[in-house]
Order: sequence, then C-alpha cells, then structure tokens
Amino acid sequence: MSDTPLLKVKSVSKFYGQRIGCKEVSFDLWPGEVLAIVGESGSGKTTLLNCISTRLLPTTGSVEYTMRDGSIRDLYHMGEAERRFLMRTDWGFVHQNPADGLRMTVSAGANVGERLMAVGNRHYGNIRATATDWLGRVEIDADRIDDAPRAFSGGMRQRLQIARNLVTGPRLVFMDEPTGGLDVSVQARLLDLVRGLVNDLGLSAIIVTHDLAVARLLSHRMMVMKDGHVIEQGLTDRVLDDPREPYTQLLVSSILQV
Amino acid sequence: MATPLVVSEVFKSFTMHLRDGIKLPVVNDVNFSVASGECVVLGGPSGIGKSSILKMLYGNYAVDAGQILVAHRDRIVDLARADPRTVLDVRRQTMGYVSQFLRTVPRVSALDVVAEPLLSRGASAGDAREKAAALLSELNLPEELWGLPPATFSGGEQQRVNIARGFITDHSVLLLDEPTASLDARNRAVVVEMIADKKRKGVALLGIFHDEEVREAVSDRVLDVLQFSPRKAAA
Repeated sequence: MSDTPLLKVKSVSKFYGQRIGCKEVSFDLWPGEVLAIVGESGSGKTTLLNCISTRLLPTTGSVEYTMRDGSIRDLYHMGEAERRFLMRTDWGFVHQNPADGLRMTVSAGANVGERLMAVGNRHYGNIRATATDWLGRVEIDADRIDDAPRAFSGGMRQRLQIARNLVTGPRLVFMDEPTGGLDVSVQARLLDLVRGLVNDLGLSAIIVTHDLAVARLLSHRMMVMKDGHVIEQGLTDRVLDDPREPYTQLLVSSILQV
Repeated sequence: MATPLVVSEVFKSFTMHLRDGIKLPVVNDVNFSVASGECVVLGGPSGIGKSSILKMLYGNYAVDAGQILVAHRDRIVDLARADPRTVLDVRRQTMGYVSQFLRTVPRVSALDVVAEPLLSRGASAGDAREKAAALLSELNLPEELWGLPPATFSGGEQQRVNIARGFITDHSVLLLDEPTASLDARNRAVVVEMIADKKRKGVALLGIFHDEEVREAVSDRVLDVLQFSPRKAAA
C-alpha cells in the first residue's frame, strides 16, 4: 500500500451568500481508491466536487495533491497555467451531460485527439490510431470516428466523453452523475465499462451519484451528504449494509427492490 | 498452532431511527478465536446473530465495542477500528468470504467473476482464468456457462460460482455463510473436500452450515451463538 494520499481535502467550505453549499469537508483519497459522494439533489455533492476539482473556488479550506514527481501542491495556490495543464493531463472530468464535456461539432476522433495534442502529441497517424483504439475500448465502432457527437445517442456520447478523459492516462477522474439520464441497459454497459477501466488502469476516482446501486458497484468508500454536511462516511459495504445515521437509513430503505 | 483470528468482547446492536429510534441488540460480549487449520462452526437457531457475526468480521457491519484481531501482513489489525482502506487490504490479502447469495455484475462472465480476486492480487489474467476454470470444473459447473454472466443462473449454479470465487485465493482466514445451502449431494461432497483441503493448508475457517451432514464432516468444534444472544434469558 502506498503511504501518501493522492488528495488531501482539508475543511473545504463553500457559501453562496448566506446559504451553505458544503461545509467543513475533510478526507483523504488514496491511489487506486474510488470514492462515491451520495445524497439527494441540493445536498452539496456537486458543489463539493467542483471545489475539489478547482472548477469552483471554495470560501475556505485547502486541497493538497500529490504530483507525479511526488511533490505535494496546494491546488488553490497553483498558477492558472499549471492548474489547467494538470486538468488536461493528469485529471479527467466526466460531466452528467456529455455536451458539457465534448465539442459537439467536431468529430469523435478529434474529441479524443484534442487531449492527446494537449500533452504534446503531434503525429496525426499516431493520434488517429490511439483515438481508434480508445473508441474500441468504449465500444464505439471505428467507422464512427469521423462523425460528430451530435450524431451519437446519449449512451454513445457518454462513452465518448469517458474515452476523451481517459486517453491521456489520468491518475484522478471526477465524475458527476455519469449514468444520470441514461436508460438502464445503457447504464449497465457504461457501469461495467467504467468499472473495468478503473480496475485495469488503477485510477482514483470521485463519483457523485444519487444512485446507491452505482455507488455499491463502483466505489470502495462512500460519503453521504445532507444540507451541505457530510453526515456519514465509511466503507461502501458498511454504509449500505449497516447505515448509522437517520438520513442514511432513510436513503437505504427507500431503494426499490426489483 | 497460530491463531489468525481472535474476537474479543464484541457488542453489536442496531438503532432503527425510522422506527422511533428503537434499539435492537444483536450480540453481546462475543469471545472466540479460530486457529490455523481449524474449521469452527457457528451454531444456534435462525435469527440468533450468526450471519451478523460474519458480517462484522468482514467489515459489512460496524461493531459497538470490542476487538476483532486479524493477523495481516506480519502485524495484527483490529478490524473493529480499521479504516476502510485497511479493511479492503485485509479482504484482498487475508480474509475471504463466501456469502449466501452472489452479487452479480451485469455483463461480467462467471469465469471472470471467479478470477477477479486473483487478478486484484496481481496474478496474470491467464493464470487467474486457468485457475478459475479448474475450480468451476471441479464444482461441476457446465462449461457452456463459464462465458455467461451469472445473473440468469439457477441458485445452485450461482452458489458454485460464489464458492469458486471465495476459494480461488490462498487467504489465511475464510468466512463461509451457508455455502452448501442450495447444492445437491454430489456438489456438497465436493465442497466438503475443498474445505478439508483448506484445513490441510492451514487456513482458519469460520462458517455457518445448516446441513447437518456437512457440519459433521467439516467442523472441528461448534460455537453456540446462543450464549452471546441478548435474548438468551427469554429463550
């Protein structure tokens, strides 16, 4: 087991005026670990995700990140250029709505290739070959490489977004409701795909979801949020099989059995 | 003889917040240990807390008080207090668990379900699948099922996939929750032999077996869980 966490989140709070977005959230994320953040709409899950991924500046708190060379950097005190480079290369961000993470008017191949060019790839043939390989890994037929995502179904767009994010070999991926809005058969396929990629690549991930089955399938550890606070956290199996807090018990007991 | 598992003064209750916060005691003052090469059977009537004890040991249930000590990577870990990362490492390296029911994952084949614990410990895909295939064939699972996801399998077929998955690694502690409940006589005999083999290899086994014949065949001693039950006064 590695002895340095990839991410150290310390007392992160975000206020929208008087209202709480998230309050005093602290946790460590270890290499290879998948953390699920669950809770109902408006509980602060996405605010927290956006703060940690520096898409939003928190009101207070700090996030430390262990870089590839082993040095530890405070994300909120990094230069803009360096932070952008980190987001383009070492991180991925999978949005709930693929249109927020893709360029809808350029081809699927270019969507994947763009991230490769950002890390310095210039050889067209290599970029196209890598893009084709990644489309295959997310189960998009190679003959769709020149089509724009506008011509793709919702499930295909989401898979393309995942390929675009993973092509640079990131160490940390943020996902905001990656299966929201997809029908169940497409969800199952996507979940299996994400699960396989996370295992094979040894990624760390933070996944925001309101779906406890998604959390069970993908995550090692879980945090339950309510009204901006983390009310319960622990091993995913433990939180779901033996929920301690009233709200977590309500969430778990509200799952419909098929 | 080494004792890789020691449970000491463990208490467990559930607080049902949605039912006016009533407190359901599950077990009180649980004390026992399991030695290497020994199979201890949890005995007692249904609802007395046998499965709950296994779930506490595996980390699915939190404990209110007490210690669960496991020999893990040359040190002793207290699972009652361990952080999630340590619990996961104990599951990967030291403690296996065969549950009553298989939690199926869409689209993952039976062979890969069985091979996964070996892969997560760094085995090559080829070796893991070869060993998985050997176990599935030992358990008489028809070969044409190996490539299919187990979601549509019968209860007995799913259980055999689950057993193969639990037995594929050389974990030093193995928890078994009624592994033979839905098996026919022939496959029960296979599992009895597999358990005997684990004992010969020095694995510490703790299990629940309702089938008397299997229990007789595998157990070195029976631990009566009734003695830990808060309801024993009434029973």
